[in-house]
Amino acid sequence: MIVAKRKPLNEIAEMLAPYKKVTVIGCRSCVAICLAGGEKEVKMLVSALKVKNKRDGRKQHIEGTVVERQCEKEWVQEIEAQILDSDVTLSMACSLGAQTIGDMYPKHLTFPGLNTGMFGVPEEQGVWSEKCVGCGNCIIHTTGGICPIARCAKSMLNGPCGGSANRKCEVNLEVDCAWAAIYDRLKLQNRLDLIESVTPAKDWSTSHSGGRRVFEREDAKLTPHQKKGKGVT
Amino acid sequence: MKAGSNLEKVFESGQFAVTAEIGPPQSANPEPLTHHAKMLKGYADAFNLTDNQTAVVRLSSIASAVIIMREGVEPVIQMTCRDRNRIALQSDLLGAAALGVKNVLCLTGDHQTFGNEKGAKNVFDFDSIVELQVFDQLRTQGKQVGGEVLKDPPKTYLGCAENPFATPYEYRASRLAKKVAAGADFCQTQAIFDMDMFEKWMDEVRARGLDKKIHILAGVIPMKSAGAARYMKNKVPGMIVPDHIVDRMKSAKDAKGEGIKLCVEQIEHLKTVKGVHGVHIMAVAWEDIVPRIVEMAGLLPRPKFES
Amino acid sequence: MPDTRPKIVGFCCERHGMDAAVLAARSGKQFEASVRLVQVPCTGRVDGMHILRALEDGADAVFVLGCLEKNCYYDTGSIEGRKRVGYVKQMLSELGLEKERVEMFNAASSNSWVFPEIVAKMVEVVKKFGPIGGEKR
Repeated sequence: MIVAKRKPLNEIAEMLAPYKKVTVIGCRSCVAICLAGGEKEVKMLVSALKVKNKRDGRKQHIEGTVVERQCEKEWVQEIEAQILDSDVTLSMACSLGAQTIGDMYPKHLTFPGLNTGMFGVPEEQGVWSEKCVGCGNCIIHTTGGICPIARCAKSMLNGPCGGSANRKCEVNLEVDCAWAAIYDRLKLQNRLDLIESVTPAKDWSTSHSGGRRVFEREDAKLTPHQKKGKGVT
Repeated sequence: MKAGSNLEKVFESGQFAVTAEIGPPQSANPEPLTHHAKMLKGYADAFNLTDNQTAVVRLSSIASAVIIMREGVEPVIQMTCRDRNRIALQSDLLGAAALGVKNVLCLTGDHQTFGNEKGAKNVFDFDSIVELQVFDQLRTQGKQVGGEVLKDPPKTYLGCAENPFATPYEYRASRLAKKVAAGADFCQTQAIFDMDMFEKWMDEVRARGLDKKIHILAGVIPMKSAGAARYMKNKVPGMIVPDHIVDRMKSAKDAKGEGIKLCVEQIEHLKTVKGVHGVHIMAVAWEDIVPRIVEMAGLLPRPKFES
Repeated sequence: MPDTRPKIVGFCCERHGMDAAVLAARSGKQFEASVRLVQVPCTGRVDGMHILRALEDGADAVFVLGCLEKNCYYDTGSIEGRKRVGYVKQMLSELGLEKERVEMFNAASSNSWVFPEIVAKMVEVVKKFGPIGGEKR
């Protein structure tokens, strides 16, 4: 899922300070699961900002709401009136949610309440870690199911660098060396031969390096005729 | 001859090679480089110019190479993948070759979080093995990684580094094999303090016949103090310094003298290890000690060749 | 005449926390504060949101009182409670508000002296920082 983290509250308060009417919008998808921008986080944020305003004697109307998936227009549309009724929207979704609202209502101000971090998984309660960077060309069938692009600090393709000590990453001694993990996994699977030969230069054109990516599925797209029929513009 | 560098000639003549390191300054002043080049000339066959080592901004390695070449000293430029994508790497290889730099050491590079520009965006388009493979293809076929064929390919002698002391240990000889397959001509190892472990790695290297395909330069670091030994033991990732070495440095009355003695002993021993074709002396911030060590280790005079 | 005493809300677990409060009350102890207690099954049930809501709705300080951590009726409930309080403290700090306004305490039901001490401490905090918003009372 997409893992995000709430921005420091002082940064949020500063962002919102000039505005009289604020709508905070959470999202019940990824960011709710990673405890950054779900219903509860929205309520706590709204409450904390109100306490702050009370203390500073600032008159500001803040209300919070939450949608099912902020990156989908259909869900956002349901709270259109609430969005447009405010001076500014603080999105407590990942940047995709914030940008969806921004794209739908370009004149309206939408600010990010979260820092969107990564594609990660919950490792244990309260811990999320990055496992994919969306390079657009998955190779984990050759690396024991472990992605070296995301999990190695240097995205090494041909084994661990010289800084791997005690099977930990030199960049962060708390983090397992991805290549030590790959080695162990392949050994377990009796497939070490996979990392005996040189993996050649990776084609990064499928990643963000190739420019902004748009995926399409023709069979799912509406024809102009269908769009007309459904009133979609 | 692949590049006809002095280092290549020493290896090809079957003699025990010596390389050392010169750290480019953190300034635009070429003087420290000239000074070291003059001082070290004739004491090693080639000198590594580090490429913003530990991700600290320094005078560029290619520029440094040109500066020391003016003093008649042969450079080995390090080229890391941290700061350059394939366009820049290939371009710099061509540029270095055009300037007369014949030895290039391919490295992935220290992560920028170790350096003085922690906010940098890194590149890592390649790792060192891909870099070797691409450079090898460029020099042998004149073919870029993207497929375009160049008219005048670079003549370059390619080196790599390997660390027998990094985990997983079992994979370290395989890594060297990959580097050989990718086109490396010589390899400088991480500094060796644990001889047993190094020899174990060399056993594996010889068992795979790699010592016949690549010239291994065993890395050594002369230590100035017990503090330096402790620092390397505890703080440098992928370095193993056994307790007996730390203790020896600690109990020494003259730590510097002991450090030199230890380094010379290590070189004497490494000369006897089958498959080791030379030593690489990394006298970090202690470059002026190199002549003494080389002399004490009986490695003088260095071979000379008709150019 | 409006009550100008510090307004304090305490979330007490129905085991040791509430018992300690009741014990203090029975002793006839008077406090220089308006203390409102909220009985919860366990301090592990107290959410950061409850604490913030109390502050939002007029409390000057909030405390959470649970069982001793090694003797919690629900094993780790009061540890959870402490974590929640810690998170709210962090939120207050980020906003430049006094994190001392929110505290976690633990007590055994027989500790009659604990509750008065807690209230006294929270009263001190409010006296030091004043009410949230409005004039100093």
